[in-house]
Parts: sequence; C-alpha cells; structure tokens
Amino acid sequence: MKRYSVFAVARQAFAHHQGWEKAWASPEPRARYDVVIVGAGGHGLATAYYLGRNHGITSVAVIEKGWLGGGNTGRNTTIIRSNYLQDPSAAIYEKARSLYETLSQELNYNVMFSPRGVMMLAQTEHEARGYRRTVHANLLQGVETEWIGPQRVKELCPIMNIDGPRYPVLGALWQPRGGTARHDAVAWGYARACSDMGMDIIQQCEVTGIRTEGGRVTGVSTTRGEIACGRLGLVVAGHSSVLAAMAGFRLPIESAALQALVSEPIKPCMDVVVMANTVHGYMSQSDKGEMVIGGGTDGFNNYTQRGSWHHIEETVRALIETFPMLSRLKMLRQWGGIVDMTGDRSPIISRSPVEGIFLNCGWGTGGFKAIPGSGWAMAELMARGHSPLAAPFGLERFREGRFIDESVAAGVAH
Amino acid sequence: MLTLTCPCCGVAAEETELAPGGQAHLRRFGPGSSDDDFTAYLFDRANPRGVHLERWRHAYGCGKWFLAARSTVTLEVFGTYPAQTREPPADVVARIRQRHPEWEGSR
Repeated sequence: MKRYSVFAVARQAFAHHQGWEKAWASPEPRARYDVVIVGAGGHGLATAYYLGRNHGITSVAVIEKGWLGGGNTGRNTTIIRSNYLQDPSAAIYEKARSLYETLSQELNYNVMFSPRGVMMLAQTEHEARGYRRTVHANLLQGVETEWIGPQRVKELCPIMNIDGPRYPVLGALWQPRGGTARHDAVAWGYARACSDMGMDIIQQCEVTGIRTEGGRVTGVSTTRGEIACGRLGLVVAGHSSVLAAMAGFRLPIESAALQALVSEPIKPCMDVVVMANTVHGYMSQSDKGEMVIGGGTDGFNNYTQRGSWHHIEETVRALIETFPMLSRLKMLRQWGGIVDMTGDRSPIISRSPVEGIFLNCGWGTGGFKAIPGSGWAMAELMARGHSPLAAPFGLERFREGRFIDESVAAGVAH
Repeated sequence: MLTLTCPCCGVAAEETELAPGGQAHLRRFGPGSSDDDFTAYLFDRANPRGVHLERWRHAYGCGKWFLAARSTVTLEVFGTYPAQTREPPADVVARIRQRHPEWEGSR
C-alpha cells in the first residue's frame, strides 16, 4: 500500500492523478478463512482491523451483501461522544472516542475527526438533574464532561434561542472532546488497512445460510459460493435477527427505522454538535455547510430503510423553537437506516448459542461513535475468548437481569 | 403513511393515531416455568424480515388493543384482527399466503 501524504499528493499532481492505486482489493472469495466477518460496515471492518493489528489474525474475510459502508455506517449523523451514565457504556464509548482521536494517523486515512464539542441540552428540570448526575458519573469514569449554564450555551452556540416559552434551555451536558467524523471515511480507512494486511473484503456477497456441525459453526453459504471458517462474526446491525434465524436462534432485538435529514448548505453558523433530547432532535453542521438533523425512530418493526414524513415534521417542528433560523431553511435530503434495538438500549458483544459464532449488534441508534471501541472489544473476544470491555455486554445479561440501562442516559427518542 | 383499520371501532387509522406494541401471539411463561422459557418469553423476538404479526393499540382512538399482519419490508398490511385470538384468522392467513406462499406461520 502506498502511503498517503502531502508528497504523494504533490507527486500525483504532476502525474495528472493517474497513479493512485485502489484503496482496497476486491478478490474472489477463497474456500476457507480462519475468521469470517459478516457485514462490511464500520463495526465489521474495525473488528477485522483489530483482529489483525492487535492479535495477528489475518486470514480474515469481511463479506457484505451490498457495498462497503452502505448500511448504517453511511446513514448516521456522525456524532461521537462518550458521556454515558453507566460504567460499562462509558468505558467502551470512551475507548472508541479516544481511538478516534488518532485514527487518521493510525490508518493513514483522513477520517476528519473533528472534536468540536457535543452539547446535550437540558430543557426540563428532570433533564437538568439527570445530566448533572451524568457529569458526576463521568467524573468517576474518567470521561471529561461538564455541566454548563444557559449563558455558556448561548456563547458556544449563538444561533440558539435559550428563552423559548415551551422549551427553555436550562443548561447542558458539555463534552468538549466529543464531535463528528466523516462516516464513509471511517469505513474506507479501515477497509484500506484491512486489505493491506491481506484480508479479503468481498462486496456484493449475501449470506444465504450458516452451516453448523455438532453445534459448531463450519462456514457460510453465500451468493458467491460456500466459504468455510473457524470463527464467524455477525456484525450486521439491523439484520442481526435475520442472520440469527439462519443459525437457529433468536435475539432480544427488534429492528426499526431511524431517520435523518439535511438542509441546503449555508455559511458556517454552528461549530458544535447540539442534542435536544426533550424535543427528539439533534443537529450539527457538516463541512459542506448542510445542517445535519437526526430524529426519532419509528416505533414499529421495520426493514424499509426509509423514514416517515410525520417524524420529520415532528423533529423539525420541535427544533424550530430552539433554532428559529431553521424555519427559513429548505431541507434537501432525507433517509433512513435500520437500527437494532435491544431492551436496555445497550449493545450485544457476545458469544452466541452456537459455538464459534460471535455477535456484535444491538447498537441501536448510536453505533457510529462506538466503531473503534466496538471493533477493539469484538476482536479481543474473538481472538482470546474474553474481553474486559465486552464482558458486561454479553447476551446472558438479559437472562441474568444485569441490564445496562441506557434508555434514559443515551441518545434520543428510543 | 401506514394505515391500519382498527377491528374494534372500524376506523381506518393513520400511524400517528396508533401505538405499536411489538410481536403478537407471545405465549406467556410465568412462575414455575424454566429460566430458558421465561427469558425467551421476556426478551427473544422473531423480528422477521417479512411477514410480522404484531400488536397495536388504537391510542388516539378507541384505545383498544388489536393485532395486525404486516410485511416489515414493504409495509403491506395483510389484515387486522381482534387481540383475543391465539393465531391469525383464516382470511388473514390466506392473504399472507397469496403474497408469501413460503410463509411458515407465526411461531
């Protein structure tokens, strides 16, 4: 792999940019790999990457039914934060956030991590109390967050109206090292690094069956033939239940559509990420100038990868009081992704009922921020059979009643 | 927008008028059952990509619970029926099979 650098750009400029090599290879699948990862989104590729980097396992195939990063990795609102309430969540999300800090350098691929700060608005007394509690919890967990008053909120984000009659801003949970990254680049960067380690990334290859023998996985049947494997990682977000059904078990997961939208591009007006959970909306401004707005999930089981009009209306309507300037903006695009929701709104990184099959799913509405930490933990679990980061997120926590209850601490409209 | 006809009051209600309630026809395992059965009853869901039998409540209408058969891929509705049933009625099953001959039933 040729390294990307300022000199490479200069050299290519003189060569009319004809000499760039493909970022990753697209080989035909081999008959057998030590590890097969299903799902070439951020989490799947990160798992493969850390299997190679941290554990020296490079006989790995990442197979993907569509195109690389074409699922939720390319459909989220790119927010990165780790201000969670529960210790296990804070640990894995903070691991991910700290890996994001140096990911561009490590992958030699610009993932455009921008630690611009994430602000979670408190617009009711309950939220204000809840976020103060989170700040205290974060202090103990070693996650840098701060409770800030309304005036500081206004300073950091002048376009905000803090005196709304219905949703006044009472303060905010502020994480200065949170921010955004370029979602596609995260997938592409990991893919390039995986390919460089000799792993195969196989796109347009849908898994149609999972083969087991005596309770142990032996391989997968795909639209491009049979692939044998020693260990299988299912990292397919919204379609986890479908793959689990192929392997003969059920998951505590329901799939729903989560949607987002962007406005027309405008001049820079907001250099932080703002989440307003009371009104179920969150917003940031992209490098292109679009206001990126995320909303709530449809409440019902859904695999349609599109959203519904009334949720957009709900989100935008609610945000307008806090961001009056939004009312003059045209919205350009809207899209949906299928999120895998667990009962406690925490992910599953776990062994499965079938020997040799490992699960990384249940990230629900907030998986993008976790990609490096998730891959790190999943790789450790698959390579060594145990991972301290992943241990609390085992499938058995439901049976044992050890929920990691983030329904109130995390994200928005669950 | 998803539209379901409430079998209790007969109103064709839009999605905003309804509250989803997840998978239908769950068999309850209560006190005395095994831990596996109880766990599966509480948490494990079919979550199919295709035909889904599910509960809905006509929240901003008559307030009653009812059941619906719907495709989670196309949002096509095969029919709604009263909640006091153990399985979907024959006409709903017929409509499902017409579109999905391979459908194996709700379990």
